[in-house]
Amino acid sequence: MRKLTWFNTVSLTLGFAFLYIPIVILVIYSFNKSKLVTVWGGFSPKWYGELLQNQAFLDAAKVTLQVGVVSSTLATVLGTMAAFVIVRGGRFYGRTLFSGMIYAPLVMPEVITGLSLLLLFIAIGMDRGVMTIVLAHATFSMCYVSVVVSSRLVSFDQSLEEAAQDLGCTPWDAFKSVTLPIIAPAVFSGWLLAFTLSLDDLVIASFTSGPASTTLPIKIFSSVRLGVSPEINALSTIMIALVTVGVVTASIVSKRAIAQQKRDEQMAEQ
Amino acid sequence: MTINPAFAPWLDPQAKPIIDFQSVTKNYGDFTAIDNIDLKIYPREFFALLGPSGCGKTTLMRMLAGFETATKGTILIDGQDMADVPAHKRAVNMMFQSYALFPHLSVADNIAFGLKRSDMPKSEIGGRVDEMLRLVQLGKFAKRKPHQLSGGQRQRVALARALAKGPKLLLLDEPLGALDKKLRHETQFELMDIQEKTGTTFVIVTHDQEEAMTVASRIAVMDHGRLAQVDTPDRVYEVPNSVYVADFIGDVNIIRGAVGSVDSDIADLKWSEGAAPIRALAGPDLKPGARAAFAVRPEKVGISQSEPTDMHNRVQGRVEDIAYLGNMSMYFVRLADGTLVKAQVANVRRISRRGITWDDQVWLSWTDTAGIILPD
Repeated sequence: MRKLTWFNTVSLTLGFAFLYIPIVILVIYSFNKSKLVTVWGGFSPKWYGELLQNQAFLDAAKVTLQVGVVSSTLATVLGTMAAFVIVRGGRFYGRTLFSGMIYAPLVMPEVITGLSLLLLFIAIGMDRGVMTIVLAHATFSMCYVSVVVSSRLVSFDQSLEEAAQDLGCTPWDAFKSVTLPIIAPAVFSGWLLAFTLSLDDLVIASFTSGPASTTLPIKIFSSVRLGVSPEINALSTIMIALVTVGVVTASIVSKRAIAQQKRDEQMAEQ
Repeated sequence: MTINPAFAPWLDPQAKPIIDFQSVTKNYGDFTAIDNIDLKIYPREFFALLGPSGCGKTTLMRMLAGFETATKGTILIDGQDMADVPAHKRAVNMMFQSYALFPHLSVADNIAFGLKRSDMPKSEIGGRVDEMLRLVQLGKFAKRKPHQLSGGQRQRVALARALAKGPKLLLLDEPLGALDKKLRHETQFELMDIQEKTGTTFVIVTHDQEEAMTVASRIAVMDHGRLAQVDTPDRVYEVPNSVYVADFIGDVNIIRGAVGSVDSDIADLKWSEGAAPIRALAGPDLKPGARAAFAVRPEKVGISQSEPTDMHNRVQGRVEDIAYLGNMSMYFVRLADGTLVKAQVANVRRISRRGITWDDQVWLSWTDTAGIILPD
């Protein structure tokens, strides 16, 4: 290990402080006994207990999870299909336009996406609720999925699919039993990305949600407007903990997979 | 290779081909990959498609596998028109250049992949997989994943997988390209052995002429989507039908000139002012006065210090360079008119005992049937 110079130490400290001090403060205050958010009144986990009693928050959490799972699954199916057409479709007429348009939502301001979806739902007379949020989230997150999956497909050896067909698979069977298992990690990380985006989203959800379908970000945002409560801090801390566990697990799993691969390759050379 | 004179179905007008290309053309836009090819391949043949990259050999093979369709013409396999038969319904299997092993399946599952999709009863699949593993000597590796194998082992798995369903026809796309030279030679003989054991018709695509000569019963030399010559390895080497084939297969001396007289199978070539014409085998379509080229292999050119008066074909030159290759030496001799001719001599004696050295005046000679005169 090399020792850090004082300059590197300072930059590192400043950088991490900039990133994490707000979060650390939030976590600390979630254990605050006092009801006043900015005054430290001693350590207590009581707000976590209160949170579990708060039906409105629990309902919002349920809606959020439902929306997240359904919309990211829908986005994964659509995004994977789009990725296939872009990577495998050859040079069909209008391909450049189509592949450009699929990535447009990446740079489109959320307010505009949200507003346009709202107008659409009103125009076709669709009642706003869980269904409309699901559709809206699937719409904007499928492009992220298609970016992730198409970058995997570019490096996919197409002769694998041909080999499967050569051995008796129909094209669909070849996709199911060869292509999909191989690109599954990319499809899964696309799904995870879509799920995270759906959990995060406030702007589009607030345009497309109805009275009985409040997601957690909307709920948090509207409660904060009435004043920050320690309960919100507790809720946020739980969310941070969940995300941290997810990220750490994913990175450990992928590191192990790489190490295993290296061992296997060494074995092959003997 | 040992040539079995009994096995020559292409000479038998009664023999039924397993593959029959009838005036097949394949276009990609303006580009013609296959240009009106007629070709018959017979059961149990080991047939090589040979040519430089871009000559259409891979396209021809992919049409047999069902991954490409012909723009014009008919392809028959076992007498059946293949136009509307998709890849997964053909009794044809292919071994891919990249091997295309399924990375998520073990060696045994890779081999069983095609069997599970055939009408073979489940109870027999295990036995068949074991049989294939024995055939390619990979019994110990059945449970490994492809990335846990060396290149040579992967190549065997690919072969076993392609042979597992017992196809009528096996296509091999540059099967040995990724192996090092020594392993490649061993594997060539294994391939021939397996081909003989299983009785399958093999069609191999390769750009390596030595490989094609070693394994094949017949070779098709391809050039820009056309068949330049289809013949047995020895005939392709000894009696090429064009300068392209002579030049592509092996090492060759080419001397250009004009056709003198043509007398049934022997012709004369006028090649240099004041020099006696070269007399050699007559190639196809020679007309007196037309441009032609004389092609002769370096090992058929003799070299001596005294004039070999008993030979009709003899020319004098100066040794410009000698390449010592261990088992043989190559002499580069410059003739009076500037032509460079290579003569190859087997080193049956220790090198210090041989008399010819740099800048010596020497005589080159060859018999009337050593070379061939081809239209140029």
